[in-house]
Amino acid sequence: MEGNSTASQVAAKWRKKRGSLIMALHEIQGVKGFVPWEDAMDIAAEMDIPLARIYEVLTFYNFFKLDAPGKAVISVCTGTACYLKGNDKVLEEFKKELGIGEGESTEDKMFHLQSVRCVGCCGLAPVCVVNGKTYGRVTPNDVRNILDEWRKKLSEDEE
Amino acid sequence: MVNLKIDNFDVSVPEGTSILEAARQAQIDIPTLCKHPDVDPTAGCGMCIVKVNGRVMRSCCTPVAEGMEVITGDAEIVSVRRTVLELILSNHPNECLTCIRSGHCELQDMANTFGIATSHLPSLNKKAELDDSTHSIVLDASKCIVCGRCVEVCQNQQNVWALSYLNRGLATKITAAGGIKLADSPCIKCGQCSAHCPTGAIVEYDETQKVWEMLRDPDLVTVVQIAPAVRVAIGEEFGYDFGENLTGKTYAALRRLGFDRVFDTNFGADLTIIEEATEFVERFTKRPESLPMFTSCCPAWVDMLEKYHHDMIPNFSTCKSPQSMVGALAKTYYAEKMAINPEKIRVISVMPCTAKKWEIVRSKDMSSSGYQDVDVSLTTRELCRMIKQAGIDFRRLPEEEADSPLGEYSGAGTIFGVTGGVMTAALRTAYFYITGEELGEVNFKGIEGLEGVKEAEVDIKGTKVRIAVAHGCGNVEKVLDKIRTARENGEETPYHFVEVMACRGGCISGGGQPRVMMPGQPKPRGITDDIRQKRAQGLMNEDLQAKNRLSHHNESVKTLYKEYLGQAGSEKAHHLLHTHYVARPKYDKKA
Repeated sequence: MEGNSTASQVAAKWRKKRGSLIMALHEIQGVKGFVPWEDAMDIAAEMDIPLARIYEVLTFYNFFKLDAPGKAVISVCTGTACYLKGNDKVLEEFKKELGIGEGESTEDKMFHLQSVRCVGCCGLAPVCVVNGKTYGRVTPNDVRNILDEWRKKLSEDEE
Repeated sequence: MVNLKIDNFDVSVPEGTSILEAARQAQIDIPTLCKHPDVDPTAGCGMCIVKVNGRVMRSCCTPVAEGMEVITGDAEIVSVRRTVLELILSNHPNECLTCIRSGHCELQDMANTFGIATSHLPSLNKKAELDDSTHSIVLDASKCIVCGRCVEVCQNQQNVWALSYLNRGLATKITAAGGIKLADSPCIKCGQCSAHCPTGAIVEYDETQKVWEMLRDPDLVTVVQIAPAVRVAIGEEFGYDFGENLTGKTYAALRRLGFDRVFDTNFGADLTIIEEATEFVERFTKRPESLPMFTSCCPAWVDMLEKYHHDMIPNFSTCKSPQSMVGALAKTYYAEKMAINPEKIRVISVMPCTAKKWEIVRSKDMSSSGYQDVDVSLTTRELCRMIKQAGIDFRRLPEEEADSPLGEYSGAGTIFGVTGGVMTAALRTAYFYITGEELGEVNFKGIEGLEGVKEAEVDIKGTKVRIAVAHGCGNVEKVLDKIRTARENGEETPYHFVEVMACRGGCISGGGQPRVMMPGQPKPRGITDDIRQKRAQGLMNEDLQAKNRLSHHNESVKTLYKEYLGQAGSEKAHHLLHTHYVARPKYDKKA
């Protein structure tokens, strides 16, 4: 049963340790960006944990993703400072521009939108982070520019 | 013992008892929508709050303490419960009029008790897509109050792990893993979730309309059969006491509904015993490596075997269940005997079980007559619904007899519906097959009752037969572990013969049985051990009083072999009365 797949390696590492399911799932998401159904099935079989329990955990914690996220992950901070500085409107603008909700990805798998609580640079509030690049003092008017920048970057990367 | 006062009554209960349980023992009713005697408390619904020395606490998960003074219902408590109930109802549809559970619903009952007519809370309830993929049970998430009983039963009592919680908070939903359909999950259709659900969120897959249409069609010959456990539970819907055996009235009701022939699954049970005892004796004497042999009449157990215990497939009795045997014979033996075109025959079964709906389409073996052997399998609840729809006054019905030849049965056939019964019936006949002599005492010590796993050694004239009886799927594991350990160590099998019934207590508390509450019966509605014992007693009494208590003395069964099947285990018997098992994955869904 044991193989070289990510899930097998992760399962082998965590199998004997009690209460390690979250760690195992976390590692899979770290490698793949989300937890695919097959990997959850493999973890179930190899760690001897019912699949039903695994999905209870996966859907209880909203950090876990069940589908492949878009290439550019947009994190809109809705921590206290950013929220008070109007990041809720920025988030709304992203939703409108991309036609998706929080925690969703665009159909072309270009963008994934999520809200996060505080990225640790409140002085720049309101803040958005896209794939590690931080944008400070963002307004709803900046949204289209940020998206265009990343569309250009992603298409260049492909070429 | 701990002494306390509940509503000023002196109560004395063992240490560790919850306040709720202590109150129940003292006949004091504390309302709850989540705590059921079969499951551990989850403190889910919040209805069971009481005041302990002036403090408000949930009684389901608060243990009693010496000198406690508990108030179970003053103005403040009623007001809090009312608010809790309003919150629950704010996420529940107002569909009682069209809900199958109406009249037997714990939530509806509670809403009525609290007189909740209008609520100032806005409704958050959303229509949900029905999951009727199993064609056995139907899950309607919009009616679910997330009490967790079904999840507790499915995961911990049955060890099936089909149902689980998805998401959290207001978005929490009860579904199979990751929100897939139940039919693609490890669900074994035992229906224990529906037997424990306090609302209409999990119910049987209703097929009464299909049967009414068959009954209306003058070209069809409708043949009905009732399972052992139906007769001792049906009365609950018509005001009889638990466990009252109403076989004769049930036959009469079926005739008044318009069924052309009324047969009894108990006949099939006697026949199953002939085939199964023959198979056991053959394995025991000639193929000891194929032991232990497992009984196979419980479809939920068959489903579980095919999904979970692939290594045990060779150990499964190949005998079909009594339901399927009667179906196969109705469309072959009986059709030929009476010169009826089998194409025109419709076999309807009435079962205490939701999984029987799946059994009839389980594999091509279930169409051994050339047609689907059993066309529709109804639950006891559906039959009661039909009787009420037809306006039949059940209590005034005369006692009638079943039709010949698939209606005769022995006491051994009737105890098929209770844990230990199949084993008892099989051993009575196996004893005769092995020794050529009849048993004096036909009951076996140690295999009756509600203990989860029962073990015994039966002395068949010096030959020791080691048996185990397990009921409630969670208990099967213990038996299987012992067998597997012995195998790994190259030791002799710990058992020769194992009976398994998926539901606690056996078919008498199957997922399709009535969920009625009697006046004076402690809540909740539906199954409890007290009811299990009464229904079991109903079947055992019939066996005790039966003129014939041995399957191999059933005259109609003997005639069947003489006229049609030849010997037990013959080729014809194998074709019609036996089946095969295949290993299947727990999850059918590919990503």
